[in-house]
Amino acid sequence: MIDKRVESAEAAVADIKDGATVLIGGFGMTGEPRELCNALARRKVRHLTIVTNNAGSGEFGIGYLMKEGCVDKIVCSFPRVFGSTVFEELYAAGKLELEMVPQGTIAERVRAGAAGIPAFYTRTSWGTPLAEGKEIREFDGKGYVMERAIKGDAALVKASKGDRWGNLVYSKSMRNFNPVMAMGAELTIAQVSEIVELGALDPEHVVTPGIFVDRVVQLEAKDA
Amino acid sequence: MTKALNRNQMAWRVAHDIPDGSYVNLGVGMPLAVVNFMPKDRDIVFHSENGLLGMRPLEKGEPEDPELVNAGKRPVRMLPGGAFFHHADSFLMIRGGHLDFAVLGAYEVAENGDLANWRLPDSKDAPAVGGAMDLAYGAKKVLVICEHNAKDGAPKIVKQTKLPLTGKECVSKIFTDVAVIERTGDGMVVREMVEGMGFDELQDRTGAKLRLANDWKPLEVPDLPEPDARRKGS
Repeated sequence: MIDKRVESAEAAVADIKDGATVLIGGFGMTGEPRELCNALARRKVRHLTIVTNNAGSGEFGIGYLMKEGCVDKIVCSFPRVFGSTVFEELYAAGKLELEMVPQGTIAERVRAGAAGIPAFYTRTSWGTPLAEGKEIREFDGKGYVMERAIKGDAALVKASKGDRWGNLVYSKSMRNFNPVMAMGAELTIAQVSEIVELGALDPEHVVTPGIFVDRVVQLEAKDA
Repeated sequence: MTKALNRNQMAWRVAHDIPDGSYVNLGVGMPLAVVNFMPKDRDIVFHSENGLLGMRPLEKGEPEDPELVNAGKRPVRMLPGGAFFHHADSFLMIRGGHLDFAVLGAYEVAENGDLANWRLPDSKDAPAVGGAMDLAYGAKKVLVICEHNAKDGAPKIVKQTKLPLTGKECVSKIFTDVAVIERTGDGMVVREMVEGMGFDELQDRTGAKLRLANDWKPLEVPDLPEPDARRKGS
């Protein structure tokens, strides 16, 4: 019997190790798996690389992970947002490494990792400082930049509903990076607002099929 | 006396350049205001990189939904016919050439269409590129909305950019507070100028070499109030 349900956020993240690469869904605060991040931060794991679009708002979720000193490196497209004070202080103090990646390149690097594609060429960033040091190749008269896939040791995502097989559906724009990150890791952990009976999710509407998901935990999110 | 446009008027002018049936992405900052001025008789589908097609602005008094935001993390609503999708599909739309237009802000645009809009080199802040580089090459046409000159008077349309690039030779058309300028195979062509602006003065305020279109028109927009201060973000 497949039953991916776990009791608590703590149990869900209990075995994420020091030095892990952790993919985190969300776009700003929308769809951020805040309670899973909080639980991981309370464990005071060390030397994480996190891959996520923004660098947290406030001192919870991704911000809390950084504040607790769990994160050595962030792979990110837009770290500075309203309330990203923890990131800004750590970055200014040289305590956090930042790998700046265009937003679509983050999504595609994770998708490629999920699809077994080790690298790909993209036009994005060609001729800019973000292409420096990367292999450039010409196709049909245009320059392209080679980007390597990203594979996560773990992914933390947020969805609105899930079932015990790990099927997930989302709500509106909180979907964002969550289904992408969910596909891209060895161990994918989803926090959902509601766990429903198997069969309650219409197969036509499942966004993340359960094959990608290892654990589902029902949590009362404090906020969106 | 030159009648420079305010930011809402600039957004209005961009909006009226986008034909019926277009799929359009608006960059964060000034471009986001374009959605407020679309002519009502046009079906325009606005794309937001966080996974929306068919968004519309919040109407006055409409409650905010924290689960429904645009690329600037501001609350929006969906039009009938709208769709949600994840980030990889969203950027596939951008990078695969499926969008008709991207409207972006700019620090500098060069004569050859090079765009710099993501990083000031003297900034101590961390860099933040967001989706700008994806949009610069991905959209079929890149429209730029920016003031013609920086606060210190320095031109934003220059011979060659000095700032870190967002994309090379990617800008199609520039909408400033005093002119509409198109990049053609034959250089930068002035299509419209505001009342009171002469070509010589415009050229003086511009780093790139300009040419005045034979059929140039006055840049005319309705009276609109200055916009409220808005938050940054992507």
